[in-house]
Amino acid sequence: MSKKIKCALIGPGNIGTDLLYKLKRSEVLEPVWMVGIDPASEGLARAREMGLKTTADGVDGLLAHVREDGIQIAFDATSAYVHAENSRKLNALGVMMIDLTPAAIGPYCVPPVNLREHVGKREMNVNMVTCGGQATIPMVYAVSRVQAVSYGEIVATVSSRSVGPGTRKNIDEFTRTTAGAVQKVGGAAKGKAIIVINPAEPPLIMRDTIHCLTVDTPRAAEIEASVHAMIEEVQQYVPGYRLVNGPVIDLETNRVSIFMEVAGLGDYLPRYAGNLDIMTAAAARTAEMFAREILAGSLTLEAVTA
Amino acid sequence: MNLRGKQVTLHDNTLRDGMHPKRHQISIEQMVAVASALDEAGMPLIEVTHGDGLGGASVNYGFPAHSDEEYLKAVLKVVKRAKISALLLPGIGTVDHLKMAHDLGVSCVRVCTHCTEADVSEQHIGAARKLGMDTVGFLMMAHRLDPEGLVKQAKLMESYGANVVYVTDSAGYLLPDDVTVRVAAVRAALSPQTEVGFHGHHNLSMGVSNSLAAIEAGATRIDGSTAGLGAGAGNTPLEVFVAVANRMGIETGVDLFKLMDVAEDLVVPMMEHQVRVDRDSLTIGYAGVYSSFLLFAKRAEKKYGVPARDILLELGRQGMVGGQEDMIEDTAITMAKARAQAAQSAA
Repeated sequence: MSKKIKCALIGPGNIGTDLLYKLKRSEVLEPVWMVGIDPASEGLARAREMGLKTTADGVDGLLAHVREDGIQIAFDATSAYVHAENSRKLNALGVMMIDLTPAAIGPYCVPPVNLREHVGKREMNVNMVTCGGQATIPMVYAVSRVQAVSYGEIVATVSSRSVGPGTRKNIDEFTRTTAGAVQKVGGAAKGKAIIVINPAEPPLIMRDTIHCLTVDTPRAAEIEASVHAMIEEVQQYVPGYRLVNGPVIDLETNRVSIFMEVAGLGDYLPRYAGNLDIMTAAAARTAEMFAREILAGSLTLEAVTA
Repeated sequence: MNLRGKQVTLHDNTLRDGMHPKRHQISIEQMVAVASALDEAGMPLIEVTHGDGLGGASVNYGFPAHSDEEYLKAVLKVVKRAKISALLLPGIGTVDHLKMAHDLGVSCVRVCTHCTEADVSEQHIGAARKLGMDTVGFLMMAHRLDPEGLVKQAKLMESYGANVVYVTDSAGYLLPDDVTVRVAAVRAALSPQTEVGFHGHHNLSMGVSNSLAAIEAGATRIDGSTAGLGAGAGNTPLEVFVAVANRMGIETGVDLFKLMDVAEDLVVPMMEHQVRVDRDSLTIGYAGVYSSFLLFAKRAEKKYGVPARDILLELGRQGMVGGQEDMIEDTAITMAKARAQAAQSAA
């Protein structure tokens, strides 16, 4: 395929840079712009070295170039607070937003669970939930597609080094957004999310525990098969998604517990930062699906006037 | 050690840290009885929350008999003098929980982070300060960080608005000299208006000695529990601490005999198991593991046949922090698998 959909990345931090590596490999996406706010930022310098155009004037610095450079998809890896404004400005020019912040103004997208549902809906903003959500919601769904889940709880443990200042300042957004998506996308009647930051050295690989309480007695064999099938789905874009233990099934309390580990590809971020890798990999996968639709002529992006 | 005339504010944790050995099943009646009696004894601060803080109700930490809201409402209704506090761990509880507690009349919040991660508390400490609460930063597992490191983290909490910063020995691992250097360093670095506190666990039987070391180094708030009801081998037993304080001339304002009676008549009869230094809680103190892992490790021993002591040592080796209760079952399963494999290849 020679034609690619042109993209902009907003936020040249860890996530934005790692995403850039992944987009560089894409058959259908071409990263063209990297947007930052600090002219001296290392991330902008790195993006320039990789052949991207850059601006340190925020999204405003990009707007004038959207038409001439044919930008159709933008990734926002800044913060929940500025995302709404970024999205409004770019949507007005017909650019679709993939939101990697926990702002969650658009519908949640967890690729192996609901990516296909987004096809044909002409959404101009989709939200990638959180790293913990991407790592755990496929498992909640793997249980809820077998039988009703009254309560889904996820515990994401990440290495201290992989948690940036944005997440630290707004850790409540992480827990709220993740819990919301455990319900809406994962299919649990009630959702709860817990994040733990661990400073051990060498850094620990991201660990995720998924606890589901089923309404009726858990159907062990079916749940096990569903969980293993779902793990294979996630492994298509995150090869380091691995079942460590479980599913542990407790017939007395109707508890199903699944213990996962997420190692990243080590593109820009080290392998232990599976939390960041699964976010960027999911965002790239989501954008690729929309890009294929655009290339096939089944999706035309239109400007949104707010 | 001459501590005569030092004034110390005691903070009772029987109804919060004490939730751990009670599997978060303390009844409303018990809460009310203990809180009223503590109030009557002159306890200035009483903490009431799920053992893992506001929002701790979960599969991972245990579902409580009642919600934080129900416990807080019941206790706030009966106490006359004491201030009621709540614990909050960012990543588990949120500012929404904090506002709920404040609206009910909770006037003190203790925002806890692992000792190296103070910067996740900015949102919560900031919000508590804005609400005009007595705002405490709580640096857990303080043995995992040297005094210089702790100072940096304490200053962060102070900069967000904490008016008290605690050195928290969550593992009951610190020895008196370790407490002295940490509390002294934090005391010296913070503004004189900011108080310093110490929260001890009794896993190496150092609760009282460590608290004295903390006071000598400048701490003015001391945590403990009646009859030591708390995670691991329990907290600093407050009735013992007050007896020692009386002998040394430390002023706590708490009535010793009334406190003894709370411990003996109300708290000891509540215990599901004797909270003491047993093989496993001693291992927690020895290996520097989070104290509330105790019962989870004992349960995992029962289910997977791996001794709790071995599980706890492994959790310590891997550097697990507070909140990683999920890793106890996970580690036990992994160890059981490895042992079964080793036995098979030996056969």
